[in-house]
Amino acid sequence: MADFLAMGGYAAFVWSAYGVTALVLAGLGLATVLSARRARAALHEAEQQIQGRRRTSRAQARAQR
Amino acid sequence: MQRFANPGQFLRLAAVVQPWAAGVGAVATAVGLYFALFLSPADYQQGDTVRIMYVHVPAAWMALSIYLGLAVAAALSLVWKHPLADVAARAMAPIGAAFTALCLITGSLWGQPMWGTWWVWDARLTSVLVLFFLYLGHIALANAFDDADRGARAAAVLALVGVVNLPIIKFSVDWWNTLHQPASVMRLGGPTIHGAMLAPLLLMWAAYMGYFVVVLITRMRTELAERRLRALQLNAEQATRMTASAVEAG
Amino acid sequence: MSAVVALIGRDLRLALRTPGDSATVVAFFVIAVALFPFGVGPEPQLLARIASGVIWVTALLACLLSLDRLFALDFEDGSLDLILLAACPVELTVLAKCAAHWLIAGLPLVITSPLLALVLNLPFDAWPTLLGALALGTPILSLIGAVGAALVLGARRGGVLLPLLVLPLYIPTLILGVAAVEAAASGLSATPHLLLLGALLAFAVPVTAVAGAAALRQAAE
Repeated sequence: MADFLAMGGYAAFVWSAYGVTALVLAGLGLATVLSARRARAALHEAEQQIQGRRRTSRAQARAQR
Repeated sequence: MQRFANPGQFLRLAAVVQPWAAGVGAVATAVGLYFALFLSPADYQQGDTVRIMYVHVPAAWMALSIYLGLAVAAALSLVWKHPLADVAARAMAPIGAAFTALCLITGSLWGQPMWGTWWVWDARLTSVLVLFFLYLGHIALANAFDDADRGARAAAVLALVGVVNLPIIKFSVDWWNTLHQPASVMRLGGPTIHGAMLAPLLLMWAAYMGYFVVVLITRMRTELAERRLRALQLNAEQATRMTASAVEAG
Repeated sequence: MSAVVALIGRDLRLALRTPGDSATVVAFFVIAVALFPFGVGPEPQLLARIASGVIWVTALLACLLSLDRLFALDFEDGSLDLILLAACPVELTVLAKCAAHWLIAGLPLVITSPLLALVLNLPFDAWPTLLGALALGTPILSLIGAVGAALVLGARRGGVLLPLLVLPLYIPTLILGVAAVEAAASGLSATPHLLLLGALLAFAVPVTAVAGAAALRQAAE
């Protein structure tokens, strides 16, 4: 196991290459997921708002009648 | 009216494709890493540093093919005005830039033990560096306008100009490199690749592709949600303005 | 054709009324080159070795400096819309603007370059090649720059964005231009490099005309 981790003496280079790859791809993935969640929440809120407004305006119209 | 073009078909297709891509990507990552780190032999010249190749070379493939994808999306956007093309291009560019950066970083980590230096102005490295700059320019231009559509179309023109220039840049960098032969640098890609090394390369490429498809679809969905949100806000604004003028008139 | 001539004439007249613009570009070119001996030291051999690169890179940056005026002024005062409405195809308009830009910003650089070759101690044999390479190369800079300038019209922080878009695309011109001068300085034939530079120019004319026209149409929408 120690032999494997040592990578024939090049451990620093091999493992940091794999580490950087994992880090960058995970970082981009995380940013993507977070922005997706934010966008979905904002859209949901806006849709709710519009529906709410429609309901109140309809109610107002009914009351006026 | 294009702002309201129905992306329903895309969303349905995406919902089918995404889990499959995620599955294939996860399996390829696991098997590919096992091949890359355990099964594949150490190179007789480069020792274990050759394992860096399995994250480095597929990243280079991704960097190039995503730029070509960007150009195809740009052509679809400019010539056929396909509304999804802009969405795809905007979603693709950061992923391509990430793979290009990875290619440069891992290449540098490979270069230090093999060449004794972090960076060589070798033709390939220089070309990839320029490709990274092209990605950065594309991302910056796409986000530089208040009107998202204008940004997308400007970025599309830039992507096409970039893809026409890519072979010229590659040629001129090769030309430059033969004039200034870097001193005593071991050339890469000389020996033909052994089968035991090809398998992890292809597996890691499949893993990257799976990752690319999953992230691309998520980003495109986000972009579509944002566009829909903008359209809704615009509509709501118009509606309030109309009721206001109706009240005034009434 | 008369529209093209009229457009070039208009831009030249505008430039002649504010001669400061051309002078600023040339002044930047000279001052930036004059900084290098302070940076790398005054040894004549060293300066001669880096002269071609320094002159080319600085010419590139000087050209970049003048690009944001290529379309931006016409865009701001609305005359760009009128120019695009004229019967002349937009592609030709782009080429006319580039020609005018080269006459205003590129040609002065070519004319000043021997002075800089002199102070940087560039071998005399390489002077004609330097002039030739700059004469072939600076129009390419104007053409590529025009596409970038048209793309950033109306963008936030367009002035900062422009170098990011244009500089990577300038690399082939830089490489071929420097290679030509270096070949001549070391007594080799510069012809292949100059021919390639000419080919690049011939290729750049149609490509940048089409791309620039596409970018201008979007900006004017």
